[in-house]
Formats: sequence, structure tokens, C-alpha cells
Amino acid sequence: MKISEIIENIPGKVIAGEEFLDREIKTAYCGDLLSRVMAQGPQDGIWITVQTHTNVIAVATLVEIPCIIVPEDIPIDASTIEKAIEEEIVLISSPLSAFQLAGKLYEMGIGREQ
Amino acid sequence: MQDLSLHLLDLVQNSITANASLIEISIEEDKKEDWLNIVVEDNGKGMDKETMEKAVDPFYTTRTTRKVGLGLPLFKATAQRCGGDLKIQSTVGQGTKIQIGLKLSHIDRPPFGKMEDTIVSLILCNAEIDFVYSHKTNYGEFILDTREVRKVIGELPINNVEVITWIQSYIREGLNEINGGVL
Repeated sequence: MKISEIIENIPGKVIAGEEFLDREIKTAYCGDLLSRVMAQGPQDGIWITVQTHTNVIAVATLVEIPCIIVPEDIPIDASTIEKAIEEEIVLISSPLSAFQLAGKLYEMGIGREQ
Repeated sequence: MQDLSLHLLDLVQNSITANASLIEISIEEDKKEDWLNIVVEDNGKGMDKETMEKAVDPFYTTRTTRKVGLGLPLFKATAQRCGGDLKIQSTVGQGTKIQIGLKLSHIDRPPFGKMEDTIVSLILCNAEIDFVYSHKTNYGEFILDTREVRKVIGELPINNVEVITWIQSYIREGLNEINGGVL
């Protein structure tokens, strides 16, 4: 499923990477402990995290995560947004909680085949 | 990182890469001031000012195999999340000192983890390097200095199984004594 189709079904706004919404997403991962995401993170998947530090973008680059959703309308550091643009990572902010976001994505069929 | 010992392992790895022959790890838990100080000091090749500034940037690394380096940035983020910070002092040719301070009782402070296993694996894998590990609480202080251990064991290598087992239980007992068994 394309990121553009996904964001039609969840409330929120694209903060960075508007031009990459045609990327194909197969799976998703929830996690805030960056070392775990480095080990288990979803290559070519969506990552839902409450962390907003630039380290998040570094981890996404490392694991090759194309899209990050920050839940609960948590303000995102300006430096993180800058880095997301630089590293071509789609950054989305949503008012939903991580649990609700995961539920919505699962309902759409994302990550079910695993 | 799940626990502080993993953060420490990352920092010490930097010191090893910097060709240090002596690495000192000092931990000070002050329950009265509710503050935790962690210092890692080495006599490695050090960094110039420019490198030092970039060292906490996750998009900077001396590695050539990948473009991000997260040891220092992750530890800094952990410290900041717990009301503290991470500071670097370094002199080219002399060494580097990393100081981390954070609120001891902060709800997001990771636990120490298995310090004795961390220190032992460092000694085991880097037998040519000397380590000093000191840990202080309001109840007391204990110090492991591999230079002292080497004096006692004579010609035995420091990574000899019996020596390592002894070091491990020495650290475990030392930590027990200064913590009343709780980490």
C-alpha cells in the first residue's frame, strides 16, 4: 500500500517528505527504545514512535525505514524535521495514539502477512 | 538502550578505537542530591575541537561502513531525557573524557544492567588494555583496577578463566556491598 493511501485513512499531517508519498509500505513497527528499533526495525515499513530527537532519523536511515509517524500530536524538534527532509524520510504527525495508529494500519492490512 | 551498561559499552568501544591503553569508568550515585554521575576517561588519541562538536551528531561517524554513529548521541539523549546532559572534553594526543550527569530517580532512567558482565567482557576482549572501574554510593565505594590485579597475578594473563571469574565475583560483591543488594 502506498503512503498516500494510508494517510487518507488516518488523521494527521505530513511534516516532511511530501514528495515521497508514493512509496510502497508492507509492514509497520511500534517502538520507542531506539536500540530495539535498530535491531528489529521494519525495513521498508512504517515506524510509530513518540521519540522526536534527530536520533530517530539516524535510526530510520540505518534500518532503511521510509516513513515515521509521531502520535499524540507530539511537537517534533525542528532539527529532526530538517534531517528528515535531508534524508528523504516521510514524517507524519497524528493526533491518534500509537495504539490507535497501529490498529488503523492493521485494519488496512499492513503487516498482517507476518 | 535497555540499560546504562550497554550505553557504557558503546562509549568504551570508542576509547578502544582511539587506541587507549587505560580506560577509567567512574560511577557516582548520590541519593541525597538525587544525581547520577558517569565518567569515562581514556588516554587515547583524543579529538580536535571540530570532531568533538560533531561527535554528538548522529549523522557523524568515523566509520566508513555506514553513515550514522549513535553511541554518543543516544547516551546524550538518554541523559537529557532524565534531566541531565552529556559533556565531552578532549585533547589531541592526550585522551578524552566523557561526563554524563542525570537525575538518579528519574522515571525514564534506564537501570544499570549487569555491570559485572559488561566490565568482565571488556577485560576479556581487551586484555592489553587496563581498566579502572570505580562505583560510589552513599553507602560506600569500591574500585577495580586491573593494574593492581596484574601485580597480584604475576605472569598469569588477565583473561585467564580463573582470574576473570574472580574479577566478576569481586565486582558483584562490591556492588552488593555499596547497594545493599539492590541495583
